[in-house]
Amino acid sequence: MNSVALEVRDLVKTFSLDGTTINAVDGVSFQVKSGEFVALVGPSGSGKTTMLSIMAALLTPTSGQVLIDGQDLAKMNEKQRVRLRREKIGFTFQSNNLIPFLTARENVEFMLRLNGKLDRAGRVRSDELLARLGLMERLHSLPAQMSGGQQQRVAIARALIHNPAVVLADEPTASLDTERAFQVVETFAHLIHENDRAGIIVTHDLRMCQYVDRVLQMQDGKLVRVVEDKKEIMELAHGTLTH
Amino acid sequence: MKNFFLATYLAIKEVLRNRGRFLLVALVIALITVLVLFIAALGEGLSNANRQYVANLDAQLIVFLEKSDYSISASRLETNTAKSVRRVEGVADAGAIYTSNTQIVSLPEPLKISMLGAEAARPGMPPLLEGRYFRGGEAREAVMDMSVAQRTDLKIGDEIEIRSTQGTKDQFYTLKIVGLVGKQAYSFQPTIFVPASTWELMRPQSESDLNSDTPYPNIIAVKLQDPSQVAMMKLRLQDQVPNIEVADIETTINNIPGYTAQQGTVQTQGVFTLLIGILVIGGFFQIQILQKVPQIGVLKAIGASNGVVGLSAVIQIIIVTAIGVGIGAGLNYLFSLGLPPTIPLEFNGQRSLIAIALLLFIGPFGGMVSIIYAIRIEPLKALRLG
Ligand SMILES: Nc1ncnc2c1ncn2[C@@H]1O[C@H](COP(=O)(O)OP(=O)(O)O)[C@@H](O)[C@H]1O
Ligand SMILES: [Mg+2]
Repeated sequence: MNSVALEVRDLVKTFSLDGTTINAVDGVSFQVKSGEFVALVGPSGSGKTTMLSIMAALLTPTSGQVLIDGQDLAKMNEKQRVRLRREKIGFTFQSNNLIPFLTARENVEFMLRLNGKLDRAGRVRSDELLARLGLMERLHSLPAQMSGGQQQRVAIARALIHNPAVVLADEPTASLDTERAFQVVETFAHLIHENDRAGIIVTHDLRMCQYVDRVLQMQDGKLVRVVEDKKEIMELAHGTLTH
Repeated sequence: MKNFFLATYLAIKEVLRNRGRFLLVALVIALITVLVLFIAALGEGLSNANRQYVANLDAQLIVFLEKSDYSISASRLETNTAKSVRRVEGVADAGAIYTSNTQIVSLPEPLKISMLGAEAARPGMPPLLEGRYFRGGEAREAVMDMSVAQRTDLKIGDEIEIRSTQGTKDQFYTLKIVGLVGKQAYSFQPTIFVPASTWELMRPQSESDLNSDTPYPNIIAVKLQDPSQVAMMKLRLQDQVPNIEVADIETTINNIPGYTAQQGTVQTQGVFTLLIGILVIGGFFQIQILQKVPQIGVLKAIGASNGVVGLSAVIQIIIVTAIGVGIGAGLNYLFSLGLPPTIPLEFNGQRSLIAIALLLFIGPFGGMVSIIYAIRIEPLKALRLG
């Protein structure tokens, strides 16, 4: 049985804005195991990005716990959190993902460089991963010379290359057309499963859920529904799920 | 160390992939460098033209007439003062110096010069580069300095004609050039040296001056046996020789008419140009950092430390500044090759080196705000700017 890579316990995050308090995340708990691909869905403002920021150690929760590979984020200092981000977490962002002055290959290799692990084997692996994502011809292209979908795929390679425990993707399909969006998420799912990582994809597009193992649905900061049954997930993705 | 390599990698990649943009800033820095170096060279050149002779004197103290306020032209000493000075214990040697302005007219273009009377092989007479010193007495012989040689094609053995206004008449005298000394500009003019009696004969003088025929030296250059005893010897000389006041070389230079004011003006110009440089560089890097907020957010989010991000910004600024200063210094060198000797610009001075050091410093200094800004960008920006 696969181990728990990420665990969230009773997570709460409140923001104070002009005297009113907003419960952006309101008592959320769940676990994600290695080799599991999970979607965090919900309407705009439901707290998805806030959740992701907390899981990525970019934002401190008001209360509750986040454990990555069994390590409690709250017990770390800032230096340790920076280290955790580069060693244990892989990231893709909605846009502006890549370092604009590095080529596709250099962007992926940079993740290894950051970890002081760029050796021959690493370079080979990085090229293989890019090839796997259909970017063999784009190794030497700068981000500005690539399409949105290509950039997202480079970002996915960067998020996986250093074998992180957890891969976090914020709206990876937001700037892509439907066909490309499906392709990107499908490849993403394959790589998560193959490499035995814990993957969490944030999206407001329910159709993307057909490739995941579990759907966590949020509303007003709360986890309102968890869909685990493959049939129900497919119905959710096709908009035919009732109840 | 790992951080340093990472930061250098990022800095160099970014500069190389945005060559055009960074070259543009480097060129602006190059132009500022040219300007600053020109001002430094002008300062050096003007200061030399005014003080060179005094600064080069093989002496530690200068004797003036009492109450002359260390003004060389206002000071007129008794002829035998030099002898009295030489008798004071601790004085190695002393030489009387006589100053005046005349013109060499035996040239296609008359040349204004300082005609200095001095005693051969005594303080006040610079060391020879070529030829020999003039003989004593009223010998019609002169030693020219290198700036006379550079501005004319006069050589040792040539004869020159001097015009001197005496009373109401113009008098003309012929001198033979017998020796050459290094650059000895005095009072912004190239210099010839003549014996004291010849100087007395030829110097421009008013009607009343014409009636006396003893030369009055303006100042006496004093070489000490122990150059470290300047303060003590100054007091001893003032104590033992009547009607004099004594100054060290620095005081003498600072009291040359216009010297202090002129150097102040030139320095102010230099400082303002450097300030403009700081603002230009600061402005550029600040705008650039504002455009780079998402990129820096991503870097930090994926685990680059503040140290790497800040160091990379510093290295980048240093690279760009160094390239700019390098180009500027190169341009300056090319300019300096084509300059005629009449223009008082000197690029080899200490000032040029100080200017280059300051220029290299203004980059990081101007970019400081942007570096601090870069360090303070939150990694959350990677997610929130989306
Ligand atoms: N820094 C913040 N300050 C105040 N309110 C915030 C902040 N970040 C998010 N919020 C609020 O928290 C709620 C959840 O936001 P977010 O996590 O971005 O949702 P989603 O990503 O699902 O659209 C929203 O109401 C949003 O306005
Ligand atoms: Mg969001």
